[in-house]
Amino acid sequence: MISGAEIVIRCLQEEKVDCVFGYPGGSVLHIYDALFKQDEVKHILVRHEQAAVHAADAYSRSSQKVGVALVTSGPGVTNTITGIATAYMDSIPMVVLCGQVPTQYIGQDAFQECDAVGITRPCVKHNFLVKDVKDLAVTIKKAFHIAATGRPGPVVVDIPKDVTAQMAEFDYPKSIQMRSYNPVVKGHLGQIKKAVQVLQEAKRPIIYSGGGVILSEASGKLTRLARQLGFPVTSTLMGLGGYPATDRQFVGMLGMHGTFEANNAMHYADVVLAIGARFDDRVIGNPEHFGEEKRRIIHIDIDPSSISKRVRVDVPIVGNVADVLDEMLKLMDGGCKTDPEVADWWKQIDEWRGRKSLAYRQSERIMPQFVVEKLYEVTGGDAFVTSDVGQHQMFAAQYYKFDKPRRWINSGGLGTMGVGLPYGMGVLMANPEAQVACITGEGSIQMCIQEMSTCKQYGFPIKIINLNNGMLGMVRQWQEMFYSKRYSQSYVTSLPDFVKLAEAYGHVGMRIEKPEDVEPALRKAFTEHKDDLVFMDFIIDPTANVFPMVAAGKGLTEMILAEEL
Amino acid sequence: MRHIISILIENESGALSRVAGLFSARGYNIESLTVAPTEDPSLSRMTILTWGSDDVLEQITKQLNKLVDVVKVVDLSEAPHVERELMLIKVRATGKDRDEMKRMADIFRGRIIDVTETTYVIELTGASSKLDSFIAALDGGLILETVRTGVCGVGRGDRILKV
Repeated sequence: MISGAEIVIRCLQEEKVDCVFGYPGGSVLHIYDALFKQDEVKHILVRHEQAAVHAADAYSRSSQKVGVALVTSGPGVTNTITGIATAYMDSIPMVVLCGQVPTQYIGQDAFQECDAVGITRPCVKHNFLVKDVKDLAVTIKKAFHIAATGRPGPVVVDIPKDVTAQMAEFDYPKSIQMRSYNPVVKGHLGQIKKAVQVLQEAKRPIIYSGGGVILSEASGKLTRLARQLGFPVTSTLMGLGGYPATDRQFVGMLGMHGTFEANNAMHYADVVLAIGARFDDRVIGNPEHFGEEKRRIIHIDIDPSSISKRVRVDVPIVGNVADVLDEMLKLMDGGCKTDPEVADWWKQIDEWRGRKSLAYRQSERIMPQFVVEKLYEVTGGDAFVTSDVGQHQMFAAQYYKFDKPRRWINSGGLGTMGVGLPYGMGVLMANPEAQVACITGEGSIQMCIQEMSTCKQYGFPIKIINLNNGMLGMVRQWQEMFYSKRYSQSYVTSLPDFVKLAEAYGHVGMRIEKPEDVEPALRKAFTEHKDDLVFMDFIIDPTANVFPMVAAGKGLTEMILAEEL
Repeated sequence: MRHIISILIENESGALSRVAGLFSARGYNIESLTVAPTEDPSLSRMTILTWGSDDVLEQITKQLNKLVDVVKVVDLSEAPHVERELMLIKVRATGKDRDEMKRMADIFRGRIIDVTETTYVIELTGASSKLDSFIAALDGGLILETVRTGVCGVGRGDRILKV
């Protein structure tokens, strides 16, 4: 017989969890004690529970493994909500273990009590409250199983303190069967055949790839399929890296800040092959405008509720993206004839490309796009790039060309500012030798800046690329364009001296103010300071805006281009 | 369109709140909801009366199926089914109203299940529309309390919702 706390740790070992991100407190003291007595599972002590969950999230995003966070009851749990909701929106597999007050105190407004199961319910794939130590191991098994299978997502396990003290036999099930949970894996073969038929008839096709390609490890298969078909490929923000961005067939990201060619190709295509993407508002803009063009849509997704949610689909295929693409490739092995008119479609796309919609104006000051381009060069296009949310995120997505999956780590669905720095920590725990750049802004970075202390403790050599324009850039951009330049609350005044701040935490700080200093500074950071966290405060042109832009509620082709302003 | 959704769900604490939370979070309507364990005590059966277009109903059933505790979902109104609702209604029954109330209960095949000197409690079972008609037929001033269970229903013949 071992204690509930020891059972928790043994479960993590059985799941081959090599690290958890967490913060101790009263209700989890037994678990922390059990953690102390072993060294298979490492623990990263963050400075705020939100960062623990973000780091666990990025650990998963950058490795496919399930991320794990451990927090105490009450405020420990409430601090995790933003992180859990972030992972939920992007379908990231994660298990959050939280302490709870002893069973007999539940409901009595005990010290540090909150209804963790209730408060997390709307933003988890599933959650559990363990009331009996005998159920503990099987519940944790279920949590890992649910988190990682089907459409992945975060699962919370709430464990009262007395349960961690009680004794039980440890018996970890090898596998688990749940009558109420049986996600589909294989796609319907009849539908897949129909899809291949439709693809062969296409005259103006587009492959629209999303985060599902990354989550199901299908980027190799997608690349083979696209090459075999010779069709253009566009990607959502979440799908970047699922298809090599430097490939000629890649037309760039689509959506609100998508390229001119990607948005036009998506809108005017006669056949759309949507793979692990969900036609959300940032991607297709106004669905009525999108519906004006006639097209046939094939949609592969593991979640049936993502299909025909915003846009009617003609050939739905429910299944794991990798399995479905496998079947499609098999069917096409016997020869795949595409329509000769696709060549004309490419001519049209190249004409759209000729607009060079990502060209940006030069300035005497540092342009943020230029910093990202230089970062791409200096890192050989091979870094893990985390970002926060705002203009800098879009610049990173547009100008850093991701050729590999799981290199672009950002909050797409929820759009959570503050994730970038803790994301870097998670990436480094999963990929200890990686080059990690956190592209951020002076607004976002301050939302989790306390994690510079965690980075010092564990020696995380993140390169923080702070695109500092002294404003909440994306808010300012919208105010400039849609609110007659009334810049309500979008100034960030009284900024700290980031160089001194970095130094105060024991790191290296740099301030870069001239365009010619950008590249040397980056080179220095990635060579001389390879093993240091370097906070690079780039003072950028505050008037830079993100283009192209599809304003909210507008159609995909109603883009505002840089030269029009 | 009016739809009756039947759900088999694991009989665990919090299961009801997952379903109710889903409806409120996604802005779906709940007209009525009933839930109780089945002959297998590990399962509960829930019946939800809702309104929505075909697209909305498609999303409701898909989203319900996504809940980890939900074992099966069926839209009863897609095919032949029977539905019933039970109502207990307490009315004032004095003077000449006393006979009138008894007569009305008889006409609607209701049963008087509690009698005091001044009140009756009438039990009435049937389609929701019958219950509505009964309420409409009574003098509103005489109605003291109304309690309805909400709709429950079952498919006809071989249409069976079981694990």
